[in-house]
Amino acid sequence: MNKIEMKNLFLIFGTAKKQALRMLRSGKSKKEIHQRTKCTIAVNNVSLSIKEGEIFVVMGLSGSGKSSLLRCFNMLNVPTSGSISIDGEDITKMNKTKLLNLRRKKVGMVFQNFGLLPHKTIIDNVAFGLEIQNINLKERYEKAKEIINIVGLSGYENEYPYQLSGGMQQRVGIARAIATDSQILLMDEAFSALDPLIRSQMQDDLLDIQQKLKKTIIFITHDLDEALKLGNTIAIMKDGVIVQQGSPEDILMNPADDYVKAFIGNVDLSKIITASTIMEPFRARVQLGKDGLASALRLMERHTLRFVAVISEDNKFKGYVRKKDVERKIAAGEKGLESILMDIPKVMEDHSVSDMLPLFINQKYPLAVVDCNERLIGCIRYSDVVAMVTGYDEEAVKEIIENAS
Amino acid sequence: MNKLDIGKYIERFVDWLSDTAAPLFRQITIMIDNSVNVLQELLGYVPFYMIIAIVALIAFIIKKKSLGNHKYWQNNIATLIGFPLFCVLGLLLIYWMGFWEQTMDTFILVLVATLIVLMIGIPLGIWCAYNKKAYAIIRPLLDFMQTMPAFVYLIPAILFFSVGNVPGVLATVIFSLPPAVRMTALGIKSVPKEVVEASVAFGCTRRQTLFKVQMPLAMTTILAGINQVIMLSLSMVVIASMVGAGGLGESVYAGIQQADVALGFEAGLCIVILAIILDRMTQLLGKEKEEQK
Repeated sequence: MNKIEMKNLFLIFGTAKKQALRMLRSGKSKKEIHQRTKCTIAVNNVSLSIKEGEIFVVMGLSGSGKSSLLRCFNMLNVPTSGSISIDGEDITKMNKTKLLNLRRKKVGMVFQNFGLLPHKTIIDNVAFGLEIQNINLKERYEKAKEIINIVGLSGYENEYPYQLSGGMQQRVGIARAIATDSQILLMDEAFSALDPLIRSQMQDDLLDIQQKLKKTIIFITHDLDEALKLGNTIAIMKDGVIVQQGSPEDILMNPADDYVKAFIGNVDLSKIITASTIMEPFRARVQLGKDGLASALRLMERHTLRFVAVISEDNKFKGYVRKKDVERKIAAGEKGLESILMDIPKVMEDHSVSDMLPLFINQKYPLAVVDCNERLIGCIRYSDVVAMVTGYDEEAVKEIIENAS
Repeated sequence: MNKLDIGKYIERFVDWLSDTAAPLFRQITIMIDNSVNVLQELLGYVPFYMIIAIVALIAFIIKKKSLGNHKYWQNNIATLIGFPLFCVLGLLLIYWMGFWEQTMDTFILVLVATLIVLMIGIPLGIWCAYNKKAYAIIRPLLDFMQTMPAFVYLIPAILFFSVGNVPGVLATVIFSLPPAVRMTALGIKSVPKEVVEASVAFGCTRRQTLFKVQMPLAMTTILAGINQVIMLSLSMVVIASMVGAGGLGESVYAGIQQADVALGFEAGLCIVILAIILDRMTQLLGKEKEEQK
C-alpha cells in the first residue's frame, strides 16, 4: 500500500473559493477565474501516490504551486477539495486533536529559511517538537542529543542559531524534524538558501540519513540537478498542475512536453544517464575452451562484424578478438584465441556516461558493459555517447564530420 | 447658523456614565487607592539607604546581564559601574534636597499606572496582532488617546473618581496605554512568518505558539513599549497633580502657583533623575533580550 495517497486535490486561495472551484470544474481558465472571483488557484487537480521510504521530489519554478502543495500534507494549507490519505486515513477530515497529533508525531517539516527559534539554543530547537508534546526535559534532551549526533552537530548543543552557518542551521532544521520520530518529512526547498558546495554536501548527508532512517520524504525544489540526485520519483509541476511524474531517467529520456524539455535542457546528461540506458546488446560472442578460431571467424562473417567478444568458461568477459587477427592466425595455421585477445575496458551498468568518457581515449572499440559477476551484458559505442550528449542522431553526426573535414 | 455642540453630547454621556457606573467606579477607586496606600506604607518602612542600595544592585545586575557573555566588562569596569553609580548619586541628591517622600510617591503612581497599562495593553495588543478588524477599530482610538491634550482627561477623571491619586492614575493609564498596545501588536506581527509556521507545523496549539514563540520573540519590542509607557506615565503623573495626585508633581504645581523657581527646579530635577533611572533600566532589559537573538 502507498504511504500517502493524494486524490484530485484542489487548493484555491481567496474568499470565493467555492465559486472559483465551480468555474474551474466547468473549464474556465485561471485568468478568467481570477478576474471574476479574485481567487488564485494554487493546486489544480493533483493526484499523487507516494510509496513508503521513497524520496518524492516535486519540482517546479517559483509560483508553480509546489510549496502550497507541500503545505497540504500537514494541513498548513487546507485543501479546497480532494483528499489526502496518510496510512489510509484521510487527513482532510481530521478533527483538531487528530490533526495536532499528526503534526506532532507523523509529519515533520524542514523550511527553506530554516525557521529556527532564535531565542532557543540548538538542543532546545531540536527538542522543540518534543517540548510541545510536554515530554519531560531529561527525556527530550536525551533524544535531541542522539539526533544531534546523527546530523553531525555534537558540541554545538548550547549555541544559538545565529552563531551557526547556514548549512549547520539547516542541519538543526532537519534534526528538529526527525527528533519527533515522524515517518514523513516535508522539505520545502530545504537546501535552496545554501551555497552550491554546502548544498551538494547536504544532499549527500540527506541521502546518508535516509539510508539509516528510511523516512518517506517529500522534497520541494526548483533545481533539477537536486531533484535528479535525490529523487526516487520526480513530479514536475507547472501552474498548479503535475505535468509529468516518473523516475529521474524516465523524465530525462521521455519528457512529456516542452515545459519539461526546457527544464531538462541545461542538465548535464552525461552525469545522469547510465551505461544501461545507452548500451546495445552484444550477442556475438565466443567461449574459450569451447569455440576456436574457425567458429569465431564464421560468427563474424555471418553478422558482418570486425570483432567478436570472448568470454571465459565461467562466462566472464575476457576481451575482443579482431577479424584480421583471426584470419592471420588461421593463415599461419596456428590455434587458440588467447594470444590475440585484446584487453577492453569494462564498465558497470550503473556507471554514468561521464564516468566512462575517459575510457574512450585511444579506444577504437566499444566499451564492454558487465554486471557484477563480470558477465557481458552489452557494449557502448563512442558514437552512441556522442549522440546522447549532443542530442544529434547518427546522420547529423556524420554530416558534421563531413563538413568539418 | 447653530454651533455644533459635540462637547455637550460628550458631557451628557459623561454625566450618564458617572451616574450609571458609579458602583463600578467606586470599586476601581478603592482598588487603586488601596494599592497606592499599601505601596506607600511599604516603601515608608524601608529606610532610604536600603532603597538606594537595592536600586544600585538591580542596576548593576541588569547592566552586567546586558553586556552578555562577552566578558567585555572585565576590561572596562567604568561601563559596568557607571550606571549603578549614577543611581546612587542621583538618589542621594534627591534625599538631600528633601524630596525623598515625594519621589517615592511619584514612583508608586508610575508603578501602579504602568502595571494597569500592561494588564490592559498587552492582551489588547495580542488581540490586535491576531485580529485585523479589531486593530482597525482600536488603532484610531489609540491615536485619539495619544493626541488628545493630556489635561482633557483630567476633567472626566474628576467627575468619575473625584480628586486625589485615583483620577491621576487613571488619566495616566489612558494617556500611556497606546504604546503598550501598539508595540505588543507590532512585536508579535514582526515575528518571522516562517518561525510561526514552523511552530504550527510541529503541532503547536495557538496558545503554545503565542507563549513559546511569539511572545519571547516579541519581547524586545514589548520592552521598548514598556519603556515608553513608563516615560509617558512619568510625564503624566506630574500633570495629574492638578487633580490632586501627590508626589513630585504636587511640588512642581506648587512652584508654578507660587512662582517659586527654586521649588519648581528642585522638584523638576528629581523627576529628571527618576526618569533617567527608569529609562535606562528598561532600555537595558530590552538590550539583554536583543543579545539573545
